[in-house]
Amino acid sequence: MSETLAELPKTDGRLVDNVVHFTQALRKAGVAVGTGQVETAVRAVSTVGFSNRLDFYHILRATLIRRVTDLEIFHQVFSMFWRDPEFLESLMHSLSPQLESSDTPPPAAAARRRAEDALGDRKESQPEKPKTEVVDFAAFTWSSKQVLKTKDFEQMSAAELAEASVAIRSLKLPVKPFLTRRTRPDARGSLIDARATLRKAARRGGDIQDLAQRTKRVRPPDLVALCDISGSMAVYSRIILRYLHAMAHTRVPIWGRVHAFTFGTELTNISTALKKPDPDIALGAIGQEARDWEGGTKIGDALARFNRDWTRRVLGRGAVVLLITDGLERGDLDLLEQEAARLQRTARQLIWLNPLLRYDGFAPLASGVSRLLGNVDSFHACHSLDSLEALSSALGSPDLRDHYLRLRR
Amino acid sequence: MTDRPTSIDEMISALGAQGYVCGRDLGTVSYLALDLGMPLFLEGEAGVGKTEIAKALASMLGRRLIRLQCFEGLDVSSALYDWNFAGQMIAIRTAEAAGQSDRGALQSELFSDDFLIRRPLLEALEPHDAGPPVLLIDEIDRTDEPFEAFLLEILSDFQVTIPELGEVKAQEPPIVILTSNRTREVHDALKRRCLYHWVDYPDFDRELEILRARVPAAAEQLSKEVVAFVHALRGQDFFKSPGVAESIDWARCLVALDAVALSPELITDTVGALLKYQDDIAKIAGAETTRILDQAKAELARAG
Repeated sequence: MSETLAELPKTDGRLVDNVVHFTQALRKAGVAVGTGQVETAVRAVSTVGFSNRLDFYHILRATLIRRVTDLEIFHQVFSMFWRDPEFLESLMHSLSPQLESSDTPPPAAAARRRAEDALGDRKESQPEKPKTEVVDFAAFTWSSKQVLKTKDFEQMSAAELAEASVAIRSLKLPVKPFLTRRTRPDARGSLIDARATLRKAARRGGDIQDLAQRTKRVRPPDLVALCDISGSMAVYSRIILRYLHAMAHTRVPIWGRVHAFTFGTELTNISTALKKPDPDIALGAIGQEARDWEGGTKIGDALARFNRDWTRRVLGRGAVVLLITDGLERGDLDLLEQEAARLQRTARQLIWLNPLLRYDGFAPLASGVSRLLGNVDSFHACHSLDSLEALSSALGSPDLRDHYLRLRR
Repeated sequence: MTDRPTSIDEMISALGAQGYVCGRDLGTVSYLALDLGMPLFLEGEAGVGKTEIAKALASMLGRRLIRLQCFEGLDVSSALYDWNFAGQMIAIRTAEAAGQSDRGALQSELFSDDFLIRRPLLEALEPHDAGPPVLLIDEIDRTDEPFEAFLLEILSDFQVTIPELGEVKAQEPPIVILTSNRTREVHDALKRRCLYHWVDYPDFDRELEILRARVPAAAEQLSKEVVAFVHALRGQDFFKSPGVAESIDWARCLVALDAVALSPELITDTVGALLKYQDDIAKIAGAETTRILDQAKAELARAG
């Protein structure tokens, strides 16, 4: 880096130093800044000249910042840094403990249980059906009061990992892959590849023997999962999140981009956490990120927030929305109906997966359930959520929406 | 060919002369983009003037504006170049009829400049009399990753290879402007090569200045009320807040109706120019319109 900077036009040496220091402060604050950007920044400052503070601010912002989410932190760091150069020292001190504490646990610890499983160190070698979802009676009641709470999940066992991959393999997706506008060569394709035909013809002196053909490429649809984590569903959240994680990390992708959100009393985007390849780390991060575990349910509010803040950003490519909830709504029912209807219009397909029909004689009597049922494209359910297989078969089973809508009448 | 501005102030006033009123921040990045020869990546809500700046820059510099509208599945044959197949077929038949048997000659005839169809990116790389053109790559978030990856190559070297013809390299790189509505995150690798700017809604004074420049026929009082009302609307919880483009459209509608001041009835009749979602329109129906209008007028009175 020092070599690159040495080639720059002669400027005030201290200015270059300061820009570099400033960049370091930005990095400490969590903004990703590349060396190339620093070079551009210094070049920009030297072309414009250090005329006034405001221009300097905009020059650095234009060259060093690449994301709208970093603007605020840039502003903070800039105003503090250039007011008081000594500030850098204190900034570094003040930020470091915070950064450490927000780090996720190291992967070695996360996979420990699996390592123990593999080495046979675990005492209960008889894997009594991992009773991870401890039934808590409080969890079966629901309320609208907001309780902020994070959650720690039990680590994954080797058997559970194996179970997940089997369940995913048996999954039959209820949606078709997406036909894209891109094509690939295919001898039995339906589109004529004029370009390849002509190229071949030119090689044979203008003699066209056969037509080269192409076919449209397909891509798996994107998935957006909206996952209820309120009191009545919290018992099953671990198994559901495990399932989502497994769907997002198959070797041959069955979904395109996967985004996931949890909702109870608030809506949390857990997509980044879900992207982490290790399921323990992913679930651990999700448990910390969402802060409304086992609280009340306001499905309507959550859908409204999703519609307003996220649909344009995650449903742009025709994503399928998977709504995982029992439909027990404590909020405004009209709002629920209205927002579900809007979501159904925006999404390519809105699938409601009810992981727990409490009893066989389920009828959509709870008004939230019946309002929601009329505004989804398909409805899938399982009666007891004791394995991931159950989720797979529920999702792959025929659509139950019309059946239950008829029951309602 | 007009000289390019030599300072940020000059840049802002030159853009202003084209009817594009921009703040210090956008002025700075535009100046830098010209000066450093780097692509400018503009992100922001729909209707805040991202595309307009490319047009203003082109007419300011007297350069040609080449626009590439992105969509999913955009590929080389619609972005870079294509061959005129029909023309090539006719050339083959003619060669056959004339009994031409020289393969090499036919090949070089078929894949010559005559049958090459230039698409926006190739046009932008070729020399122009007025100087390098302004290349607007619009709504990059609508396309997919393969095209983004393809752009990386062009934006870093400004050269492309056409297998049948050879390399095309820009003698002088074009001025590149990319826009995105942020319907998805564009990959960092592409953003890294550009100057990034988030185009926000303008503040009251700047939006008023924009209206004066764009809708000169509107009475001063009307313009002020329009801007105040739109600003009050942006404070509400809407599915889509009105952008600057909507303010301009709305002001034009009001001028067409010979309005000199806002009234609740007038707003109700013309709200379709401002809000484009039924839910949002329903939200400000009736008494709510009056309330927001009163609030906007009170705000105006306070500001003097």
